[in-house]
Amino acid sequence: MKKELGIFVLLIVLCVITSILNPNFLLAINLQNIARQIGAFGIFSIGLGLVIITGGIELSVGSMMGLLGVLLSMMLTEWHFPIIIALVACIAVSMVLSLGHGLLITRLNMQPFIVTLCGLLFYRGIARFISHDETKGFGTVAGLDFLRFLANGNPLGIPMPFVLLIVIAAITWVVLHRSVYGRYLFATGRNPEAARYAGINTKGIVTLTYVICGALTAISGIIFAFYTNSVSPANHGNAYELYGIAAAVLGGCSLRGGEGSVIGIVIGAALLQVLRNLVNLLDIPSSLDFAVMGAVILIGVMADQIFTERRNRRQIAMMREMSAREAQSS
Amino acid sequence: MNNTPLLEMEGISKRFPGVVALDQVSLSVGEGEVVALIGENGAGKSTLMNILGGAIARNDGTIKINGAPVEINSPRDAGAYGIEFIHQELSVLDNLDVAANIFLRREPTFGGFLKLIDRRRIYSEADVLVRKLGLDISSRTPLSRLSIAQQQLVEIGRALSAGARIIIMDEPTSSLTLTETRRLLDIVHDLKSQNVSIIYISHRLHEVEEIADRAVVLRDGKNAGVLQRSEINHERMVRMMVGRDLKELFTGAEEGGTKAAGEGFVVRRLRTLRYPKHTVSFNVAHGEVLGFAGLVGAGRSEMARAIFGVEEAHETEVALDGKSLSINGPVDAISHGIYLIPEDRRQSGLIVDFNVRENISLPNLDAYSSAKLINRAKETKAAVDACKAINIKTPTPEMRAANLSGGNQQKVVLAKWLTFAPQVLIFDEPTRGIDVGAKAEIYQLIRKLAANGVSVIVISSEMEEVLGISDRIAVMHEGRLTGILQRSQFSEEAVMRLATGTEG
Repeated sequence: MKKELGIFVLLIVLCVITSILNPNFLLAINLQNIARQIGAFGIFSIGLGLVIITGGIELSVGSMMGLLGVLLSMMLTEWHFPIIIALVACIAVSMVLSLGHGLLITRLNMQPFIVTLCGLLFYRGIARFISHDETKGFGTVAGLDFLRFLANGNPLGIPMPFVLLIVIAAITWVVLHRSVYGRYLFATGRNPEAARYAGINTKGIVTLTYVICGALTAISGIIFAFYTNSVSPANHGNAYELYGIAAAVLGGCSLRGGEGSVIGIVIGAALLQVLRNLVNLLDIPSSLDFAVMGAVILIGVMADQIFTERRNRRQIAMMREMSAREAQSS
Repeated sequence: MNNTPLLEMEGISKRFPGVVALDQVSLSVGEGEVVALIGENGAGKSTLMNILGGAIARNDGTIKINGAPVEINSPRDAGAYGIEFIHQELSVLDNLDVAANIFLRREPTFGGFLKLIDRRRIYSEADVLVRKLGLDISSRTPLSRLSIAQQQLVEIGRALSAGARIIIMDEPTSSLTLTETRRLLDIVHDLKSQNVSIIYISHRLHEVEEIADRAVVLRDGKNAGVLQRSEINHERMVRMMVGRDLKELFTGAEEGGTKAAGEGFVVRRLRTLRYPKHTVSFNVAHGEVLGFAGLVGAGRSEMARAIFGVEEAHETEVALDGKSLSINGPVDAISHGIYLIPEDRRQSGLIVDFNVRENISLPNLDAYSSAKLINRAKETKAAVDACKAINIKTPTPEMRAANLSGGNQQKVVLAKWLTFAPQVLIFDEPTRGIDVGAKAEIYQLIRKLAANGVSVIVISSEMEEVLGISDRIAVMHEGRLTGILQRSQFSEEAVMRLATGTEG
């Protein structure tokens, strides 16, 4: 909990500084815009964070969203699928491909980095191929109002993607931090051997996690497709996996696995979007965009490392005290 | 040869937190002498050699080379005095070739600060060395293509090319075949004739009989005696290694203890991946403690892992009270009430970054959850109860397992399984690295479990432990079950004889 508090404070401080330097930060339209981005990026970041907790990585989410965007457009405008079928197909494709990643990693013992790097390349290529590298849109297809609302609507002034993020975060929070699955996930990520000796089906847990990531990626992908309303096969979703990894790491996930929290990932995703906005509003040359992000992530992770070390030292001191007390009383 | 020995270690002491590993131990080695260093596991051989090799620091004592005191603070220092350590676990790099391994960290270079490796020189010199060791290979061969025995010779080659005057060999034959062992012993003879001194650590007493000029025996971290060449024989060595009374540590084991009804746990034709040629069969009655003795590498841990299902076991039949079980993974074993407390506590037994509560509840989470959601209160209560029941010393169940002492960590591993109703419990080296107080508690727990009708298997390389805790002792040697001793046949000599394969 303290971990999340630290990065939350960082988020607030950045917001305060930005709004002092440029009060436009607090304009409703700006806040709505940031919240929409947080929502869209946050949803797949949670999935990616779960994969990172297994000790793995998922590099293909950006390409996957490119592919899904192209597919969604083609299913609706060219193949004239019913909307609900197109949506289900979209999510199913993502889940099945992710299942493939999970199986390659757990059954063939392939390295997650390599499997998903190949995915990154492969899906992007397929997206460009099936679309003949042409930008796709949704034209005049009727009945898409609801989907457009999901991406662009603001019920009670709150952007829909943000609402969705909160709902999904709440569900995954329960699953990760309160359910048996979550505990198994942490155990597997931290020490797969001991987890296996405790009778946990570690391969199943890891595979399932990739599938969950696939599902969340698909939801983000659908939102992005309707948010941008046009899908350029070569660029749509480019480098988004890096935003997801950055959010997870900022939020306290360790790439060694077995560590992380849903709240942390969400705050991490929020921090990244605030940073992008800050670069814009404070007239920092946009070429420095990535440099600012890199620096903030580095500082955040360093601070986290220091806190962890401290907590552990406190526990060791506690053990010593106890044995000293025992030695005295005996 | 003059009168001053090449190496003298005098009054060497080493204390680890809570344990005195070495107490005033002395050892001397003459030029061109082969000195065998023998003793049970935990007698202090490795500690003594690690001090000599510069891997750990001593608390007391002096080391002299040619009569002059020296300080050895790192393996590099040891190398400078001509001391080279050939570890039991090979420390060659199998991604490099033979020559690269031989010259590692001593590569001849040219090109000034560029430090380019003089490839011509290392290959020609390595080739000469390789031939001298009787290896019929090119020094360009990648290490990964050599057998274990050949890799070991490469390590010896490395020691020689570094100008070694004293070579420490720690259990060099533990993974060699008979012919390979033969060849290694010949090479030891050759080295001796070239005036290289050898400190030879081995459990295989017939090898010691054959090559040692002197045998130095350690017991419980102290010198137990020295045997000269003419005095070295099997019986004498065994007596010197084990000669002591069993401590009062062991209370429960008595002839014909509580044997409940039912056949108990039966294992037939167990084959492990490591020793696929040998089959092992045995049974453990309810309420019985079956000890498994043997040397390191005898195949006991592999057997335990195969029974528990973490390792493949071909065509093995396992039955509990006449009902045959199919075990294809730990999940199956656990569902039948068969549990393993593994050898490597920190790697396989625990998740050291999890706290005590999370570790204890891990295999039995469903019992503390409804609709797959964990009930924290129930989980904490179970952990607190377990800590109380078997006296796990921790200020809070939220303590990271890594911060507990070895004994308490082991109790946490045990607590995981005690939340079930165990039928069969397999302990693999249950007291390794644990202080005496915690040892006694674990022995009591083992006897108590047996008294409650559990079939218990205790794999132990500590002679005293296996004799003290067991109702019967099964002894293994290189994958074979060489004998099962009844309580009336128990003696350290009998176990040692079966374990070294000198009989049967």
